[in-house]
Amino acid sequence: MSSYASVAQFAQTWGLVYFFVIFAGVLAYALWPSNRRSFDEASRIPLRED
Amino acid sequence: MARPVETKAFTLEEIGYSIFLALLAVVCVILAGKAWEPQMAFHAVVGAIFAAAGIFLIVKGFQDRIAQPVQTVDGRPNYNYAPIKFASIAAMFWGIAGFLVGVIIASELAFPALNFDLPWIAFGRLRPLHTSAVIFAFGGNVLLATSFYIVQRTCQARLPGIVTPWFVVLGYNAFIVIAGTGYLLGVTQGQEYAEPEWYADLWLTVVWVVYLLTFLMTLWKRKEPHIYVANWFFLAFLVTVAVLHLGNNVHVPISIYSYQSVQVFSGVQNAMIQWWYGHNAVGFFLTAAFLAIMYYFVPKRADRPVYSYRLSIIHFWALIFLYIWAGPHHLHYTALPEWASTLGMTFSIMLWMPSWGGMINGLMTLSGAWDKLRTDPILRMLVVSVAFYGMSTFEGPLMSIKSVNGLSHYTDWTIGHVHSGALGWVGFVSFGALYCLFPWLWNKKEVYSLKLVSWHFWTATIGIVLYICAMWVSGIMQGLMWRAYDKLGFLEYSFIETVAAMHPYYAIRALGGALFLVGALIMVYNLYMTVVHGEDAESVATGAPALAPAE
Repeated sequence: MSSYASVAQFAQTWGLVYFFVIFAGVLAYALWPSNRRSFDEASRIPLRED
Repeated sequence: MARPVETKAFTLEEIGYSIFLALLAVVCVILAGKAWEPQMAFHAVVGAIFAAAGIFLIVKGFQDRIAQPVQTVDGRPNYNYAPIKFASIAAMFWGIAGFLVGVIIASELAFPALNFDLPWIAFGRLRPLHTSAVIFAFGGNVLLATSFYIVQRTCQARLPGIVTPWFVVLGYNAFIVIAGTGYLLGVTQGQEYAEPEWYADLWLTVVWVVYLLTFLMTLWKRKEPHIYVANWFFLAFLVTVAVLHLGNNVHVPISIYSYQSVQVFSGVQNAMIQWWYGHNAVGFFLTAAFLAIMYYFVPKRADRPVYSYRLSIIHFWALIFLYIWAGPHHLHYTALPEWASTLGMTFSIMLWMPSWGGMINGLMTLSGAWDKLRTDPILRMLVVSVAFYGMSTFEGPLMSIKSVNGLSHYTDWTIGHVHSGALGWVGFVSFGALYCLFPWLWNKKEVYSLKLVSWHFWTATIGIVLYICAMWVSGIMQGLMWRAYDKLGFLEYSFIETVAAMHPYYAIRALGGALFLVGALIMVYNLYMTVVHGEDAESVATGAPALAPAE
């Protein structure tokens, strides 16, 4: 297999795994129940006047 | 009681910038003397004047200041608003200039005689002037103003340094002047949205790195433990634009005394890098950064927290990870490998998800406060901008599908799509932000006239609708005419017939653009009056109003 084809194949398969894992990580971080309070708090930052 | 007098001295920062600008001035003078072309000599002289003006401003700033600026006043952060004010005014100036040039070139397309056979105002030279003026000059200054405002307010920290924020704002505008005058004189490296030549690119790199560092330093100084989501979007914008700019401007000057340069990549590689750059300029400059504006100004104006902070986190990561791959959809049916083209299309379609997630998040922020849309034209402007964002991010993936692209590519449909995003989304969200920002920065209660905001809103909206409808019709007609065959297999129409058929739509488009320009002029008047005649806000918003003593 030419080096182009092997690089392309690597990118096309492992790219999928890479994106899936990152996305799962983001979902877990955003939806983790114990993070809810700090996110609710953060959403009020612009509204808190100094 | 005598306050202990702080002995005033030049800071290291002031000395550093002065030396840098002095060296730059010397280099510019040498370049001006030895330049091969008059354009290069002209730009070198402009550079020398700007550098000298910079040193003058540093010395004058030193004479005017009493001591080091304090970080807090009465326990409240001492925000640095002066550079933000400059960038807001510059945004309006460049906005009007850019919209006006847009109307001129739209009129030239409808009535070609309007270029009067002058090379300086021919369509080919004014077109990059228009795109750069609206994207980088107008949009860029709006982003400078809003990013410096938002990062200070959400971090409760002052921008670092005395000279640095000014260096970013003035340095960026110096870049705009060099780039814009260059286009008129025919100085271009011929890459769309990356037209400025090598020396302007180098200067922008310096300014951009300082911009990024200023932003990071402010985050570093923050009092809030959490970094608000708008700052994440700005950070993605700052980092990615730096990478894009360096990646797409790998050019070698033919001599340091010449404005001309030779690009290192060629052929399809160059095309791919160009559209990796071009699409992500849309993705990170015109989308991510303006989403940061949405995530701050919509909650602020509606006086409600963003609908879902969790959705904003998913929106952010999904958007930045997907956008960067969508560029190849600009090169369907070209020498680009088929799989790369399919990859670009697939990622573009996946982008539907984060785009609409963000749109829903922005719109739903108003849940329970929808009545404000009736009474507050500024909030209406911000919300309609988000609706346009939803519309153009629906249209974009649709157009990236190869079979649709086969019809739409190289036609006016693309122009219509770009302008529904640029006028509707970027324009309106910027106007909404400026209408909020001016009273806040100049400590006024509200803009001078909400009624005029309403006039701006409707004039501009009608303008956009005329513009995009004309371009849809003209674009699809153009695409269909190009691919029409007669029964013997010959092309049905000659090219000039398609051009002639588009004339009425070009006239409608010019009218739409003119209405958009009129709306922006109404805004300039309104904001000028806000600064000069607006009612002052109460000095400090102290929860309970002061009670008048009973008599």
